[in-house]
Amino acid sequence: MKPIVKLLLEGGSLNTAQMAQVLNLSEAEVNHQLDALKKEGVLLGVRPVLNLSPEDSGVVRAVIEVRITPERGGGFNRLAERISRFDEVESCYLMSGGYDLLVFVSGASLQRVAAFVSEKLSTIEGVLSTATHFMLRSYKEHGFLLEGKAEENERLKVAP
Amino acid sequence: MDNSRFIAKHVVNLPKSGIRDFFDIVAKMKDAISLGVGEPDFDTPWHIREAGIYALEKGKTHYTSNLGLIELRRAISKYVEKNFAVSYAPENEVLITVGVSEALDLACRALINPGDKAMFHQPCYVSYSPSITLAHGVAVPVPTFAKDNFALTVEALRAAWQPGCKLLMLNLPCNPTGGTCDRAQVEAIAKFAVEKDLIVLSDEIYSELTFEGVHTSIASLPGMKERTIFLHGFSKAFAMTGWRIGYACGPATLIEAMMKVHQYSMLCASIISQEAAIEALVRGEDGMKKMRDQYHRRRDFIVRRFNEIGLKCHLPRGSFYAFPDISKTGMNEKDFAIGLLHAEKVAIVPGSAFGENGKGFCRACFATSYEQLIEASNRIERHVQSLAKNPPRP
Repeated sequence: MKPIVKLLLEGGSLNTAQMAQVLNLSEAEVNHQLDALKKEGVLLGVRPVLNLSPEDSGVVRAVIEVRITPERGGGFNRLAERISRFDEVESCYLMSGGYDLLVFVSGASLQRVAAFVSEKLSTIEGVLSTATHFMLRSYKEHGFLLEGKAEENERLKVAP
Repeated sequence: MDNSRFIAKHVVNLPKSGIRDFFDIVAKMKDAISLGVGEPDFDTPWHIREAGIYALEKGKTHYTSNLGLIELRRAISKYVEKNFAVSYAPENEVLITVGVSEALDLACRALINPGDKAMFHQPCYVSYSPSITLAHGVAVPVPTFAKDNFALTVEALRAAWQPGCKLLMLNLPCNPTGGTCDRAQVEAIAKFAVEKDLIVLSDEIYSELTFEGVHTSIASLPGMKERTIFLHGFSKAFAMTGWRIGYACGPATLIEAMMKVHQYSMLCASIISQEAAIEALVRGEDGMKKMRDQYHRRRDFIVRRFNEIGLKCHLPRGSFYAFPDISKTGMNEKDFAIGLLHAEKVAIVPGSAFGENGKGFCRACFATSYEQLIEASNRIERHVQSLAKNPPRP
């Protein structure tokens, strides 16, 4: 793994000037490498992980189990890619087990999400069934605890 | 009434730890960036903490055998055999202790007759010399030098040796220097120990955090198991400093002698910590390696920065300490550390806290976040530059 990729994984909140110091590169070279990663399709984007109140986030999220018919030649890919393109879809995975796709969606309200499922998702030819589960509460996002987050454990300032 | 007259002479004469003095100064300074700690910045991995909670839930709140839980001793025996190439019988060659510090104290008390001499390399962990003194032994420091990357050389050992030396204490990799010895050097030390009939206490607490080359335990060399007490613990590699759990492995007769002191003083280590330690050994290796990789990259960063700043710093091959030479600033290590703390609010520890031979150096712990390391290194740079412009008056 390239050093810059390791650093992105490990010190995600460093700015490019700080990354340049750690990697012993100029800031321009860091930007150049980041651009190259984007071009290669390795670095798709960087997003903040926020802990917003329900009112502030204004978003309802759901997980949908989708069963689809595989196609000759493309298997599940064509349908999965088609479903992934909807703005409502945050993530989409092909799964083993009782269903084929696991789709994470979000919308402004319960009605919007429900409408997406009934009007868009289930009407696609090849979609056999959907089972929608609305999320009630989040405890951990992308490795960060939301509630009861790790307390600041003060270390002694000087120890042998 | 002057009740200090009740204090035993050898305790009165024991110097206060230099760390303690410095701690008192730093404690008063709010929001300083501290590179002064001697422990990982990571909390103990959750699965290990969870094992401790589970132990409590299951009512594991009793004494264990004096030697420690047999399950833990078995796990240690396996771990040591796999990683250090020396095998100990869990039944009578492994003793669980309250951190390596207790193991070290037990070994000193079990082995030292009043007046016996014990050698240890210096700069070193703050407990070595006092542990010897408290056991009524005589401390014989052996210097290590920056030019050798603070490896212990057999030449230095030979020069420091004197009649009456019985013990040799090793700490490889070493706190505070990060120095360690390669296999050939360890072999030479082993030969010397045999020649002088020394018993070796080998404190290998930082061995997992070896970044260059392969760690060689002196206990694994031919003929050395019988004259070595291998000391190790969970604090550094598994980020478990507060659990106070360590162990000693050695020949059954010596472990039995240490166990005698242990049973009359400590009885046994905390059962909760012992249960958590089993989890650490059985399932903790991946997490430990992840932490080690991070320390490795942070070491490369901070050592490079010290050298850029003009504070010559050797590459510590192990541990999580950098030990730069600050003598170029024209100041001694204490004044430099205190000046840095007041001017830039960065805490590092004066090398002399770790013995005479630490003079002119400071210890900086790099087990902290990149943000802190970057900021600390920038502040140190600013401080060194301002010292260069306004040199301290002699």
